[in-house]
Amino acid sequence: MKAIRNLFDKMRPSFEENGKLHAFRSVFDGFETFALVPNDTSKSGVNIHDAIDSKRIMSMVVIALMPAMLFGMYNIGYQNYLYAGTLAEASFLEIFCYGFLAVLPKILVSYIVGLGIEFAWAQWKGEEIQEGYLVSGIIIPLIVPIGCPLWMLALACAFSVIFCKEIFGGTGMNIFNPAIAARMFLFFAYPSKMTGDTVWVAQDSIFGLGNTLPDGFTAATPLGQVAQGTSPDLSVMEMAIGLIPGSIGETSVIAIAIGACLLLVTGIASWRTMCSVFVGGILMSVVFKQTGMTELCWCQQMVMGGFAFGAVFMATDPVTSCRTTTGQYIYGFIIGAMAIIIRVMNAGYPEGMMLAIFFGNMIAPTIDHFVVERNISKRLKRGGAK
Amino acid sequence: MANVIKLSKGLDIHLQGAAEEKLIQLKSKGQFALVPDDFEGVTPKVVVKAGDKVKAGDALFVNKQYPEVKFASPVSGTVREVVRGERRKVLCIRVDADDRQEQVDYGKKDVSKMDGQAVINALLEAGIFGYINQLPYAVSTNPSVMPKAIFVSALRDKPLACDFQYEVKGQEMDFVTGLMALSKIAKTYLGLGIQPDFQAEIRKLGADKVAELTIFDGPCPAGNVGVQVNHLAPVNKGEVVWTIGDPTVVLFIGRLFNTGKVDLRRRVALCGSEVKSPAYVDMLVGEELSTLLANSYDASHSVRIINGNVLTGRPTTKDGYLGAHTSEITVIPEGDDADELLGWILPRFSQFSVNRSYFSWLQNPWFCSKKKEYVADARIKGGERHMIMSGEYDRVLPMDIYGEYLIKAIIAGDIDRQEALGIYEVSPEDFALAEFVDSSKLELQRIVREGLNILRKENA
Repeated sequence: MKAIRNLFDKMRPSFEENGKLHAFRSVFDGFETFALVPNDTSKSGVNIHDAIDSKRIMSMVVIALMPAMLFGMYNIGYQNYLYAGTLAEASFLEIFCYGFLAVLPKILVSYIVGLGIEFAWAQWKGEEIQEGYLVSGIIIPLIVPIGCPLWMLALACAFSVIFCKEIFGGTGMNIFNPAIAARMFLFFAYPSKMTGDTVWVAQDSIFGLGNTLPDGFTAATPLGQVAQGTSPDLSVMEMAIGLIPGSIGETSVIAIAIGACLLLVTGIASWRTMCSVFVGGILMSVVFKQTGMTELCWCQQMVMGGFAFGAVFMATDPVTSCRTTTGQYIYGFIIGAMAIIIRVMNAGYPEGMMLAIFFGNMIAPTIDHFVVERNISKRLKRGGAK
Repeated sequence: MANVIKLSKGLDIHLQGAAEEKLIQLKSKGQFALVPDDFEGVTPKVVVKAGDKVKAGDALFVNKQYPEVKFASPVSGTVREVVRGERRKVLCIRVDADDRQEQVDYGKKDVSKMDGQAVINALLEAGIFGYINQLPYAVSTNPSVMPKAIFVSALRDKPLACDFQYEVKGQEMDFVTGLMALSKIAKTYLGLGIQPDFQAEIRKLGADKVAELTIFDGPCPAGNVGVQVNHLAPVNKGEVVWTIGDPTVVLFIGRLFNTGKVDLRRRVALCGSEVKSPAYVDMLVGEELSTLLANSYDASHSVRIINGNVLTGRPTTKDGYLGAHTSEITVIPEGDDADELLGWILPRFSQFSVNRSYFSWLQNPWFCSKKKEYVADARIKGGERHMIMSGEYDRVLPMDIYGEYLIKAIIAGDIDRQEALGIYEVSPEDFALAEFVDSSKLELQRIVREGLNILRKENA
């Protein structure tokens, strides 16, 4: 440990002002605080601090995303082999490796572009690097179809980091969830690569692994089928396990549930938000089923599409969701209800979760405003009543 | 039966090095210093000069805005020097104590026959009035505005705090006299912890007849006088309440009326994980710490000596002086020599955290009465960020206040909103635990203090 400290101490002068590598100061700082806990001690206020910091929190979310990511990789391989008809001959390892190789470039592009901008921005502003993108950077590749080209992904990452986060002042100041913004950007700028029935299954072989599927191949997601007016040909259980076409990380509700457990146990995600998203969604599904507007029951609605993924990982983003506890119940409920309303009532958008969370982000400050205002008026009344 | 208020929000931090109930005998070197900064919000005007002879109870400095508020010397002796810092700010007034102590005699008084104004005048004359604080602004109070009520908290619940029940033993009469004196000024509330024997004792002496007793049942910061005010009679704009968060001040007041003399002796816990044998000691306000600290801790590595507790105390040095409101001298590792690899991902079993991504919650299960005690150092353990996590402050702030919004309003300098969100009800110490748990590592106590100072200037 002493050796690592010495190494950093030796390198530091070249990164300081007038040093040769001063342009990379923020990167140096980033790596130093990543490797060693900063030894800065408190200058004012409390003399001791809790061991928690935002690095820990963000890492926990990334760990919580791992089951969904690993399953997503396997599923990408599985779908390729399934539609090529060679599933029976393929080993688990082959399937996973193919999926890994198909998904890895997306994750790399997302991190390189997003973190690159963050590092440059931190350097420009003379600030420390913020960890927020660690989470966004892994969520973004998980919520796009495997058929989304890398250059589009790069563009979306750059757009969301710059226009959704940094211009607002960085992590903690943004109004919209950067991952949602990236997906929105792709969805509206390049709809042909985000929806339809040609983008959900990887179609090329990579390094000799996998199969090249024939031109004109199509495979629809269950939600796509519903939007076309047919009922999904999969059972609730199949959709919950998630070996189905869909965005990379969102197909398996079980894998997402494992991540959700970690987030809830550690208290990093608000259980209020998460639960009320499901309550809102279930309630709305029941209403639509009862009124005959859709044939899908609530359990189908919950396991289809990105509902669970959005509820667990994106609606609970503390920065863009409501900050007051009362607000969190309302916020979650609105997102859950809204997602199902969009699904059922607007055939143009097979999945409503993205728009619902975007809408939720937009009204979260307003919800909080009214909650806080109640406290304020209580105080005013008390003052007047003396 | 006294009123019981149950509080669920808050956090008890269990640290190693709690003081044992035994007294260390100390031979003082006779060096004392009164530090004006210990009296928040007071701009001092020094009324003595080097070489002056003073008796215990004579004023060393006065509040510039309210010259009738004097601050008494704790000892008799010779003023050695007035130490000034940048822009001639008075840092402290040093007094070398005489071998034979002389005290100014202000005359014994029967408090029960006095009225409020007479009590205030007596406290002003003796130079201990400034020990009383006030809300709003959490500053040392002044006699220009009469308070709506007076709040005393006899519950010290910050980590490793000096046990007031132990301190007051043998001085119960002074405590009750002090309370009675305060009750002549305005309605007085006394906040207590859940210890039944202490309640019984206090009641036996008739404290419940002079003050309204309220029992606060909950984790730290239930003992914060600000929290107690918020639950009993929250401060509205334009109102003033006087607060005594340091119950020893009541003893000072009681002794003044019972003996006619200013006696600023108080019991101090020498505590913290670095202290070899944590125990109690009786000291005078302003007494130098070097005798107490000599050989009391391992000086081979870097330590932080705190004038007060780990949450609200100020770092001091071995040559510092006992603060006016200090009931603990805490010594913890500074931690600037610790090299911790990959702390953000390792389990870090030895570190305390409220976050369940660490294991403190498993090491200290709620049903287990014997708690694991931690060694905490002074490291911040993370970089400062914008406010990211929500609800962190609310969990440890048992007040009807939206802490995050108030902090944001203070950072933004929006005075109207600060008022609307209840800044008049808070003091920096109420945000101490929030600052401890904050994952964004914001300096909340400093932010609140600066906000209060600006507001005080604006409203002056």
